[in-house]
Amino acid sequence: MLFRYLFILLVIFPIKAFALIEVDITRGNLNPLPLAISPLSIDEKSKSSFKKILKKENIGIEISAVVENNLKQTGLFNPLNKDAFLQKPDIANLKPRFEDWNLIKAQALVTGKVTFVDEKLRVEFRLWDVLAGKEMMALAFTTVPSNWRRVGHIITDKVYERLTGEKGYFDTRIIYVSEEGPKTNRIKKLAIMDQDGFNNKFLTLGNELVLTPRFSPTNQMVTYLSYFRNLPRVYLLDIETGMQEVVGDFPGMTFAPRFSPDGKKIIMSFAKDGNSDIYTMDLENRIIERITNHPSIDTSPSFSPDGKFITFNSDRSKYQQIYVMDSNGKNVKRISFGNGLYGTPVWSPRGDLIAFTKLHKGKFYIGVMRADGSGERLLTENFYQEAPSWSPNGRVLIFYRETKTNSKGEGFSAKLWSIDLTGYNEKMVETETDASDPSWSSLLGN
Amino acid sequence: MNLSKILKNGFLILVASLVLTACATQKKTTGQTQGDVYTGTDSVEYLASGVKDRVFFATNETVLTTASRETLRKQAAWLRKNSKINVVLEGHADERGTREYNLALGERRANSAKDYLMTYGISSDRISVLSYGKERPVDSGSTPLSWSKNRRSVTVKAN
Repeated sequence: MLFRYLFILLVIFPIKAFALIEVDITRGNLNPLPLAISPLSIDEKSKSSFKKILKKENIGIEISAVVENNLKQTGLFNPLNKDAFLQKPDIANLKPRFEDWNLIKAQALVTGKVTFVDEKLRVEFRLWDVLAGKEMMALAFTTVPSNWRRVGHIITDKVYERLTGEKGYFDTRIIYVSEEGPKTNRIKKLAIMDQDGFNNKFLTLGNELVLTPRFSPTNQMVTYLSYFRNLPRVYLLDIETGMQEVVGDFPGMTFAPRFSPDGKKIIMSFAKDGNSDIYTMDLENRIIERITNHPSIDTSPSFSPDGKFITFNSDRSKYQQIYVMDSNGKNVKRISFGNGLYGTPVWSPRGDLIAFTKLHKGKFYIGVMRADGSGERLLTENFYQEAPSWSPNGRVLIFYRETKTNSKGEGFSAKLWSIDLTGYNEKMVETETDASDPSWSSLLGN
Repeated sequence: MNLSKILKNGFLILVASLVLTACATQKKTTGQTQGDVYTGTDSVEYLASGVKDRVFFATNETVLTTASRETLRKQAAWLRKNSKINVVLEGHADERGTREYNLALGERRANSAKDYLMTYGISSDRISVLSYGKERPVDSGSTPLSWSKNRRSVTVKAN
């Protein structure tokens, strides 16, 4: 039971506050909003109960630290140093002294309380507008204690949503390929972790090469490429049960899989006799449909969020370029016309943009363009990087980057990186091992 | 007679000028690449005496060079003599491409070698194809020379 946790969510007070604080996330934010995250207050009895179960000295402080780190990582917020806080957490949660918080230049304040109730963890939290001296939001959750990090992520989602007007992306996971060993013989395993890098788990043992995992829309299943028995085929993996099965009975390599937005189909490439075309397989009735039929390489397909269109890359114009077609394969249109090669198109969950990898003059770029090919914008340039995946709110891209080796061929590494759609806030995403092929889940369902 | 001679000469001149253009656009001559196809012997193994196990490709290309075709003809001759041996053609790409496209490119390269072996009388039943894309480079360097060694189709005994 990885994903199906019980969350009871209730609004403590139905409040209609005016949005006085606003964070504009459409531009690079050079002045992150200063906010104070007061540690969740906790009574002594609850504290010792949680300490016994979770081996954490003060779970209130731990949950607040999750929220603080999440907000800091966005680059949109500047969580203030706790040493400067004048008011104690328990009192602040009842009624903040706004003058005190104003003094340290906090514009928003998060307070809350955690208690141990019937073997469960109960959290309530409040978001305050310091300048206006008003409560903006108050929520409470009850869940199993082991879910405490997710509580932190859900609080972050709520705060982010209230302050930016956009859905959050914190109660999410990343599936990726963990890499170890020499560049000439990498050991690769499927791995999954929370978006902040915690709770890392390996899903395969590394006995066979695995590539390009992608979540189903409900995050229960993963589709990926495995070289099991040296036959590269698209597989399905149920994350809860660990059950794996090959997708379809193709007499050759299948690769580049993704789910359709309704989760009912897998779209992928099938390579035979030197030609790769795009196919779908219906997971219910197993019916296979051929979508492209062209002597060129057609691969990296991705559905639009409404399921009506497919973007993919093809070298039918001699070099790799991005195309869009109807979901039945009709009306193929090339959309990339800039200099260089274009690949790995992936449709934004908002439907307006397509993220891609571009190779031009020996450099690799991650960029975005509109679905009609206009408005191309390159976000980042590097020696090697590719395979962007969108955060569920369409504001952040995660991708992987590989380093150049030295003259002896040493020093290779592969890491995950993320960047805002604005081109700001580029940073490495910490992983236990080297990592590639990241895929971002949707919100886990808070 | 005359006309064909003229045409022939003209053709030679054309070829010469093409080669010159190719040389002019070539960035570096390492002595181990031609165009950007690897011509050296690093990493090359032998299926039998004088029978090289691999052929190399230009960037983003799947066309067999003259040298590659010669290697494959020798492989075909060897396979005809050893009719019980089956082979896997392992197609590879360099690291300068996206992973998924490279899987397709590796498959296409291996098939380009397979087609050539078939035209020299080797039954398709004896040849299987496996693409590794950019997953199994032989040279871990980040130089054009390293990349040229990695763009390859390797013929491996399957039994």
